[in-house]
Amino acid sequence: MARAVTNQRKSINTIAAWVIGLLIFFPILWTILTSFKTEAQAIADPPIFLFFDWTLENYSVVQERSNYMRFLWNSIFLAGGSTILGLIVAVPAAWSMAFVPSKRTKDILLWMLSTKMLPAVGVLYPIYLLFIQLGLLDSRIGLVIVLMLINLPIIVWMLYTYFKEIPGEILEAARMDGAGLKEELLYVLTPMAVPGIASTLLLNFILAWNEAFWTLNLTAVDAAPLTAFIASYSSPEGLFFAKLSAASTMAIAPILILGWFSQKQLVRGLTFGAVK
Amino acid sequence: MGRIVLDKVSKSFGSTEVIPPLDLEINDGEFVVFVGPSGCGKSTLLRLIAGLEDVSGGKIEIDGNEATNIPPAKRGLAMVFQSYALYPHMSVRKNIAFPLKMAKMDQAEIDKRVDGAAKVLNLADYIDRRPGQLSGGQRQRVAIGRAIVREPSAFLFDEPLSNLDAALRVGMRLEISELHKRLATTMIYVTHDQVEAMTMADKIVVLHAGVIEQVGSPLELYEKPRNAFVAGFIGSPKMNLISGSEAKKHDAETIGVRPEHITASADKGEWKGVVAVAEHLGSDTFLHVHETGLAEIVTVRVGGEFDVRHGDTVWLTPEAGKIHRFDQKGMRIE
Repeated sequence: MARAVTNQRKSINTIAAWVIGLLIFFPILWTILTSFKTEAQAIADPPIFLFFDWTLENYSVVQERSNYMRFLWNSIFLAGGSTILGLIVAVPAAWSMAFVPSKRTKDILLWMLSTKMLPAVGVLYPIYLLFIQLGLLDSRIGLVIVLMLINLPIIVWMLYTYFKEIPGEILEAARMDGAGLKEELLYVLTPMAVPGIASTLLLNFILAWNEAFWTLNLTAVDAAPLTAFIASYSSPEGLFFAKLSAASTMAIAPILILGWFSQKQLVRGLTFGAVK
Repeated sequence: MGRIVLDKVSKSFGSTEVIPPLDLEINDGEFVVFVGPSGCGKSTLLRLIAGLEDVSGGKIEIDGNEATNIPPAKRGLAMVFQSYALYPHMSVRKNIAFPLKMAKMDQAEIDKRVDGAAKVLNLADYIDRRPGQLSGGQRQRVAIGRAIVREPSAFLFDEPLSNLDAALRVGMRLEISELHKRLATTMIYVTHDQVEAMTMADKIVVLHAGVIEQVGSPLELYEKPRNAFVAGFIGSPKMNLISGSEAKKHDAETIGVRPEHITASADKGEWKGVVAVAEHLGSDTFLHVHETGLAEIVTVRVGGEFDVRHGDTVWLTPEAGKIHRFDQKGMRIE
């Protein structure tokens, strides 16, 4: 009897999980479906779910009107560049805060996080002016730096938490075993930190990929990434939902695929250190 | 060879002095146990010897060479940590081989030594597993394996058994003692458990607030505790420390009688009292007796066959010649 109750509860939980999962996924699913409709079907009332004339027309129009590959390449460059640059700055910072903390370490971490609470639009004007002066407007380099800076607090925090999980006694054991600083870094610390670094890298890549405020405001043509590509389909003369959906699908597809394949790594990174 | 001499070694963290200047000699091949309540500085002292902490004053000598400023790796000591501190990303084999790899030993010799250690410690079946796949006892063996392959001049153990369950602890205690007999290498072992100290040590160092209270063999400490602290700390159950008029009768501030040196009787004796709690262990029964007219509850060890329950009246008699006397400063009076 007790078993039956457990099974019943189990199926309720399963159903609930599926419902919530579908609810969260629904907007993305709807976007993908809409991208295969005609403009008329896209705004039909009541909405058509599956039974419409599937067409690839929107994709070909979008491909004709704008150079998808250039936007894609910009997105990869911006997300990849800002992530690598961020890690170069953040790894030593988080490292020293985790292993050689001072009295102010906690304060510094909080202060860094507090910069994320500032509304981005508050510093848009000064940064815009700075970009004009430095000739960085619509340049990939400028945007890589800005994206790196806005995500830096998160990278440092994440890495700090991961490094904190590495028990000091293991490093002491390595020292007792005759490892110098170089060997300690190479054979003990780095292999233990790799899962943490990898998941930080992935998360940051995704954040930078989806970043829309700075990428829209500081680019025009040359450095415009996929966010600008989507935005270009919401035009003043009316929304073309099917084409907008096709553009969106093309923009999120790469990151969706990346997320799918790195699922394991992401989850492993997020639960790193959970077991003793 | 593993002779270690501490000469006026002291340690302060900021303005807090954890260990006031202290002298200690550890002879080659000795099994020395540092024991004391938590926070007494025993682990700090071990870490000073290991080189994981810098001394604030004094000198450390290992095998006649000054080692005070030598980094841990160069001191020729091996350490086993409480948390095992294994490398989680390496197999058992690689964990044990790590110090040898650091010493740039050639591969054939590394394999030989690792296999030898694995055999001695019954790890051969787990040699390719990762630490995460091992039980606590197996992990501790890996940690010991990693220490013995180096053939160090001394082993340092920092509460190595406190993460293990009681049954395993007794087993590992025996294994470590056997290892010491076989290797005859100096071992310094830190614990807060006086049973571990008594059963394993050649020499016990009792520490209290960073100060050495007494150094001696387990039986010396048991029979002739230098002061009331050592008297209370060594022995299980604890020695009864009694002050007041009963102590005055013996010309002392405090007298101490071990539970096993008091006889209990149902009808006659020196102190009359009521049993508050009787703990029946089968072989022995521990009586906690109150209402004796003494300020303290008296603990008595009687045979398991002594039939007594909560609320019964008993008569207690301390054995003549087994009463320890302490003065106002808590020091032993001979």
